[in-house]
Amino acid sequence: MNFKKTLKATLLGASLAVIAATGASAKTLVYCSEGSPEGFDTALYTAGTTFDASSKPLYNRLVEFKRGTTEVLPGLAESWEVSEDGLEYTFKLRKGVKFHTTSFFTPSRDFNADDVVFSFERQLNKDHAWHEYTPGTAWEYFNGMSMPDLIKEIVKVDDNTVKFVLNRPEAPMIANLAMDFASVVSAEYADQLAAAGSKEQFNQQPVGTGPFSFVGYQKDAVIRYAAHPDYWNGKEKIDNLIFAITPDAAVRLQKLKAGECHVMPYPAPADIADIRDDGNLTLLEQQGLNVGYLAYNTKVAPFDKKEVRKALNHAVNKQAILDAVFQGSGQAAKNPIPPTMWSYNEAVEDDAYDPDLAKEMLAAAGVENLDMKIWAMPVQRPYNPNARRMAEVIQADFAKVGVNVEIVSYEWGEYLSRSKDENRDGAVLLGWTGDNGDPDNFLAVLLGCDGVGGSNRAQWCNDDFQALIEKAKTVTDKAERTKLYEEAQVVFKEEAPWATIAHSVVFMPMSSKVTGYVMDPLGGHWFDGVDIAE
Amino acid sequence: MLRFLLGRLGLLIPTFIGVTFVAFTFIRLLPGDPAELLAGERGITPERKAEVMKQLGFDKPYWQQYLDYILGIFQGDLGTSFSSKKPVLDEFMTLFPATAELALCAIILAVCIGIPAGIFAAVKRGSIADQAIMGTALVGYSMPIFWWGLLLIIFFSGILQWTPVSGRISLLYFFPQVTGFMLIDSLLSGEKGAFLSAVRHLILPSIVLATIPLAVIARQTRSAMLEVLGEDYVRTARAKGLAPRSVIGLHALRNALIPVVTTIGLQVGVLLGGAILTETIFSWPGIGKWLFDSISRRDYFVVQGGLLLIAGIVMLVNLIVDVLYGLINPRIRHN
Repeated sequence: MNFKKTLKATLLGASLAVIAATGASAKTLVYCSEGSPEGFDTALYTAGTTFDASSKPLYNRLVEFKRGTTEVLPGLAESWEVSEDGLEYTFKLRKGVKFHTTSFFTPSRDFNADDVVFSFERQLNKDHAWHEYTPGTAWEYFNGMSMPDLIKEIVKVDDNTVKFVLNRPEAPMIANLAMDFASVVSAEYADQLAAAGSKEQFNQQPVGTGPFSFVGYQKDAVIRYAAHPDYWNGKEKIDNLIFAITPDAAVRLQKLKAGECHVMPYPAPADIADIRDDGNLTLLEQQGLNVGYLAYNTKVAPFDKKEVRKALNHAVNKQAILDAVFQGSGQAAKNPIPPTMWSYNEAVEDDAYDPDLAKEMLAAAGVENLDMKIWAMPVQRPYNPNARRMAEVIQADFAKVGVNVEIVSYEWGEYLSRSKDENRDGAVLLGWTGDNGDPDNFLAVLLGCDGVGGSNRAQWCNDDFQALIEKAKTVTDKAERTKLYEEAQVVFKEEAPWATIAHSVVFMPMSSKVTGYVMDPLGGHWFDGVDIAE
Repeated sequence: MLRFLLGRLGLLIPTFIGVTFVAFTFIRLLPGDPAELLAGERGITPERKAEVMKQLGFDKPYWQQYLDYILGIFQGDLGTSFSSKKPVLDEFMTLFPATAELALCAIILAVCIGIPAGIFAAVKRGSIADQAIMGTALVGYSMPIFWWGLLLIIFFSGILQWTPVSGRISLLYFFPQVTGFMLIDSLLSGEKGAFLSAVRHLILPSIVLATIPLAVIARQTRSAMLEVLGEDYVRTARAKGLAPRSVIGLHALRNALIPVVTTIGLQVGVLLGGAILTETIFSWPGIGKWLFDSISRRDYFVVQGGLLLIAGIVMLVNLIVDVLYGLINPRIRHN
């Protein structure tokens, strides 16, 4: 009952704030988002939809990705230093950063080192009072990025200095700290909620330092934000930001056309031509930071022979896949990392589509009348909009070289789980979208020896490749790292644990009135710096 | 009447236990588990998975989980969604009014059009009008909801611009939810134009959701009317010179309504649980979409709690229908 009263009071206060702001001069931008956020305490979740509604508008991180790039810039930290052994990262914090003042919280102090320590300690330390503050707090992203093994301790040096001590050198550490799970929350707000006995509200009524403050959320319908007047990077040009949750892509487009929203994500591929022709709409596009692949099981015969894998790669007609599955919104992949990522090796030559050559190579490898399985994912992903169709195209391609393919599929959770099995029967269609723009995030996660039996679906462990990526992890010089990763890509191509299929192109339709929107290569949706022309 | 009511209530207990068992078992029988889905393509180590399942409380033996679930029900605790971290009951109460409002409008629409159309078709049996009505009903019944909804949006919202595309009310209005029913809350808010906006937003989803029940009710009314119109007492009423309107309205309709009321009751159940497609197309924040999403992410507590609540409401509606049935037809309550 008490909670309901608080909620009503909040909504009432918030509604007044919005009414006040929707005066003649107030600018409101409406974003037709594709789904509901699970909550607003970003670090609890792993879904992009939740990040769009929480970490991006509401919070900042110590370092931030420069808009539209994967380059890392100072955020809440003004500067940082890395010790020579690569084990200590010392951050100088920005002064005068204000947390949001809302109807449910009024900060009494500026952002400082306590907030940083709190934000990470609660994820790291199992004995921390906020480690399990609400049922099922898994901190899955933090764990997924191996942070508990990596971070030894986080030390508050003084109010404006924080030191991260690591167990081993990790070159992508700075990029990791720009990720959503590293969003900095308010320790003071947490204390206030703990004292009031309502910790669960931390996830429902968020407070951050970001460009927009939280106004209200009507479940599965609307999220409202207001520009943060004291934002350290300057107040936003729009006064209000509204997420109108619209799960169906065709309906989102109708809303955009009818002027009910200004920006929408994930248009249906079939609608792209129509959007381009509409004079009132602008269509932004960008190559996604992703890769779709077919991973052979390199531990099972005959796929343990690289000649067989290489031969099959020559049998895949990527152009046919791009036409049938991506409908013009994809690009053939030759490397395991996308071309927009630094260290992408342009010099690598792709395995050209050549069924005759494939046949010869298979015969030379002593493989005849091969029967194999191809696993098709049951879900749509940016890197693979229709896995079943893709599997069918490959099935037809392989039939031409005398390989008989059976297509199998499982429920998504089951698919993810079974495809990790080292004795798995068949090649798996899967893919990856980058987390932090670092090549390590693709190469080590998807192809490193540690990932065998896990995220390395090819079950491929190659000593040369492993030595290169391990060395690249410990070196901080970017030019040197680039060289190592380029070499690793050559080894990868030579060994062919995957058939690299495609990188997708991501589209973002919006009203022509919207200015300043920049697409994020990591797939997020940001509204800072965006304006609406009158 | 009291014995009849008690008898009906008594039947609810085994049904209720059955529902808890089915809801509990159904979600756990589905392959895949929440930890695996949470980790996605990244994958999760077996140790970490065990840890997550423990945190979520899914490491206990099934019998104990079931017992916790049943004990929780008696304490009004249906568990907490592991996705939103909110109590299942709170989430349900937030979303249910949206579903109920839409279902209510749809059923009113279906009854107000379906029954007269069915009567008309029965009276004009074999005529072109009869064939047209029944033909339309068949088309309505077979219509793919997704396609139908989108067609209406493109025509009425896109081309004619008469109705809004989706949502419950214009984004300009932002007032506290008192009842959760937008028509009532918009009136209570006192904001000018809010009520009209809520009505405009209800039109298309109500039509789409009403389509199938309308077709079913119209066909059921027609066949029930035809049966009654062939009875001796109707012939007698006609023979003694009663006006056709009285024969149909007073004598035939009341008897014909009995199976129709049952149909309406069953349709309410269908509308409450089966509005997923309509809710998705019209971005309607209701329980259909909520349950569907929860099944996809194996949010066990939401699925078992949500199904139980919906089943409870359907049982209640059917109880009311049974009582109404008894009122309309005294033979039933006496037997």
